[in-house]
Amino acid sequence: MSEQPVVPDRVADPWGRRTPYPAGGNWPTRVDEHLVAGVSADQVRQWVTSACVLCSNGCGLRIGVADGRVVGVRGQAGDRVNRGRLGPKGLYGWQGQQRDRLTTPLVRAEGGELVACDWDTAMNRVVARSRELLDRWGPLSHAFYTSGQLLLEEYYTLSVIGKAGLGTPHMDGNTRLCTATADAALKESFGTDGQPACYADVDHCDTLVLHGHNAAETQTVLWARVLDRLAGPDRPRLVCVDPRRTEVARHADVHLPVRPGTNLALLNGLLREVLHRGWVDHDWVAAHTLGLDELARVVADYPAGRVADICGVSARDVLAAAEVFGTGQRVLSTVLQGVYQSHQATASACQVNNLHLLRGMLGRPGCGVLQMNGQPTAQNTRECGANGDLPGFRNWANPRHVRELAELWDVAEETIPHTGPPTHAMQIFRYAEQGSVRLLWIAGTNPAVSLPDLDRVRRILGGDTVFVVVSDAYLTETAELADVVLPSALWGEKTGTFTNTDRTVHLAEQAVPPPGQARGDLDTWLDYARRMGFRTRSGRPLPWWSTPAEAFAEWQRCSAGRPCDYTGMSYQALRERHGIQWPCTPDRPQGTERLYVDGVFNTDTDYCEDFGHELLTGAARTEQQHRATAPGGRALLRAAHHTEPPHGPNADYPLRLTTGRTVYHFHTRTKTGRAPQLAEAAPAPWVELSDVDARRLGVVEGDVVRLTTPQGSVELPARVVRAEPGTVFVPFHYGQRASESTLDGGRTHAANELVPTGWDPVSKQPVVKVCGVRVRRVGAGTGPAPAPELGAARRVVVGPPGATAAGGDRPCT
Amino acid sequence: MYLNTCLRLLHDAEQRLAESFRQVARGHRAEADLAALADLLADQCCDHLAELAPLVRRYREQPTDEPERPPLAALSGVRSGPLGLVRDLQDLYLLASFVAITWTLLRQAGQTIHDAEILHAVDWCQAQTDEQLAWLRTRLAEAAPQALIAS
Ligand code: SF4
Repeated sequence: MSEQPVVPDRVADPWGRRTPYPAGGNWPTRVDEHLVAGVSADQVRQWVTSACVLCSNGCGLRIGVADGRVVGVRGQAGDRVNRGRLGPKGLYGWQGQQRDRLTTPLVRAEGGELVACDWDTAMNRVVARSRELLDRWGPLSHAFYTSGQLLLEEYYTLSVIGKAGLGTPHMDGNTRLCTATADAALKESFGTDGQPACYADVDHCDTLVLHGHNAAETQTVLWARVLDRLAGPDRPRLVCVDPRRTEVARHADVHLPVRPGTNLALLNGLLREVLHRGWVDHDWVAAHTLGLDELARVVADYPAGRVADICGVSARDVLAAAEVFGTGQRVLSTVLQGVYQSHQATASACQVNNLHLLRGMLGRPGCGVLQMNGQPTAQNTRECGANGDLPGFRNWANPRHVRELAELWDVAEETIPHTGPPTHAMQIFRYAEQGSVRLLWIAGTNPAVSLPDLDRVRRILGGDTVFVVVSDAYLTETAELADVVLPSALWGEKTGTFTNTDRTVHLAEQAVPPPGQARGDLDTWLDYARRMGFRTRSGRPLPWWSTPAEAFAEWQRCSAGRPCDYTGMSYQALRERHGIQWPCTPDRPQGTERLYVDGVFNTDTDYCEDFGHELLTGAARTEQQHRATAPGGRALLRAAHHTEPPHGPNADYPLRLTTGRTVYHFHTRTKTGRAPQLAEAAPAPWVELSDVDARRLGVVEGDVVRLTTPQGSVELPARVVRAEPGTVFVPFHYGQRASESTLDGGRTHAANELVPTGWDPVSKQPVVKVCGVRVRRVGAGTGPAPAPELGAARRVVVGPPGATAAGGDRPCT
Repeated sequence: MYLNTCLRLLHDAEQRLAESFRQVARGHRAEADLAALADLLADQCCDHLAELAPLVRRYREQPTDEPERPPLAALSGVRSGPLGLVRDLQDLYLLASFVAITWTLLRQAGQTIHDAEILHAVDWCQAQTDEQLAWLRTRLAEAAPQALIAS
């Protein structure tokens, strides 16, 4: 496939041409388009409203349809998120939907193999088992593990089926792996979930701080916006906290390459400087926060020298970063996986909130925090309760919130599970391992590649303790282990809404029919509920709705009066206005750009989503404790001391293994690995070693090395990069059966083969960013490692003086 | 004056609690959160022991009235299965409760004799013990339905 000439090659140049703009200016429009070879724009019959679902940015676009087939995409010029731009995944990733699709349900036959069947056969099998288990063991025998890529209407419907139909607390999404800490930190600091800042704050800020957020590779269009500010007048100052020399680091005024597992020490150090150097807005803090004394007491133990020792950076750089943050007049901070997937994740993310609270820098243009999401529709998982929470950011420990839902759904209060917090993904798998979760329904996600300690995950799914139903569009590594596989429709094959990181809601309309017998997960779950015969107290079928539009209307009712209020939206308004940010009410139909503009937070005891936790252990606070502190709208400054990572390096496993992403792929590559441009750009996994470690280990570019942890070992070609010694990086996208590419050769090389099971005590997000690892050279490779030649994976210049490797390292700008 | 008795009781109890947390961390490895956290909490108990050591020394010469009944014993091993986990955590809860109430006794005594060193120790150690109890309550409440109903 080739490109239309109107669009430059987004693989070679993921961020595209610069369109510089000044502080407070409007980000210029630049429309990106990709049509398949042989199709020109005038052959496109229909441009269908949608947005990209390949990362949490949610770039508005239109899907081009010709002859009943998707033939391309074009960025939406008027969209507030992307102003027409699309990154490599957005431009090319959708092509992966046109290959290798499941077109019929499958059931496991007597002989053990999966065989094709019709929907009735498959659903009857699911319902028979479900009924039997429900009668014998009750709702705690059922669990759901879904995705960050479904649509709001699907999540809300599943949430109602799980909580009001079955009554099980065992429901989570793979958002647990990407966004649970953002959610948890927002609840701890501000009382409920809800992104305080928005993308327009990039336009206004004079200072940007990215914590463990390799935006250049995870949200390329957001990074393009930042680059356009960096290239314009009034260039904002940029601080990057990342162990790797990412593209962000290259552009930073201060780069802190902290050791994985030391975020909290650094943040405590930054907070200490802000307090000591007097960069605190004392009046604002007194009026709008609680907990300053305790915070000051804890962070007093983190002078820059000690922080430097713990984090492996220079004290001078710590002070420089603090100064940039402390003296900025309009500071925007962002946080992502470097923080969220480390140990002490929630504690660390809360400290970023604290930095902004101390400076009173929230709710104004250019001033705010973006606790980023990873997956495209993660926000909807959280607000609809498909992550197990009660929908509408309601508090399971607040009986009045439970009652509201019982009335809304017309079911008994007791049906709605609220004896404790929802069961998180890792615990669901533990219950399945022990045999008390007996039916596990997995939808739109691939835990056999994406969860830590894969050996164990595969053993559980493939064993006979649990009946596994998988709804997916492909025969994934997970689907291969299922008892029943149900073929799903994907993006562009169904209609619904989803919400990006900055609360922007988009409508994604159906452009083409799904292949074969595949159908949307909304239809599948409604079918299940009907067959199970779930009913309301007054005897109506539960859920009583059938179409996406009806599901959306029901969700609007559920969201009324809560922070994520959708009551002022409609499909029609979304069609006309592209993206609208919640809260959006009838008297505020334009939506809401920033939360907490008046410094009043959602911490009122009767309104909040959670009564909070002790950050070190995750011990839950009670309603009485919460009421006694009387936050009444003030934000909470939560503090914690740094602890060493539980599976950190030691004498046997001396290096620090960290995992992450590359610009060309999303999650386990089920879509991006099937898009030719993307598959080719990063066809197979690699391991990044710092030049210093490589020299010590006798490894040169392309050599095969063996990585060993107590969990397992993998062999990978080495990419030698310029980085702090001691840290080893492996991309997490690649599964065992990574792709059809022959480069894979059937080897086992999922990063998560190496990662032990463990999670943050508050957010329950698995820790995959730090564990001890041993590295040995196995032998010579066949050339350079198959890693991209840009971003953090950029090769160190080697060879005779004067020679430069293609795409080699260039000086830090 | 039986301050010596109180300090010894507390010292012994913290020791037993530390040991028991370690037992749980080792014995319930498959509960990934416990393995990491219980070790951390055992470390806290060890910090408390270090804080208590000079106080125990200071009041060593006082008479002591050793309890006739042996105080709560440390876990002698871990149980298996979901219910076993709940029972082990229950035992930890008993031990930690004994520690917490003994810190209260020490606070009362320390306040009476204006002993700043005792009051300083009580201040941060008791707060940690209270958090240990809060964590055990949280973890037990979460584990109970599945262990008691669905297993
Ligand atoms: S930045 Fe994210 S949402 Fe936008 S085009 Fe790229 S992958 Fe899609």
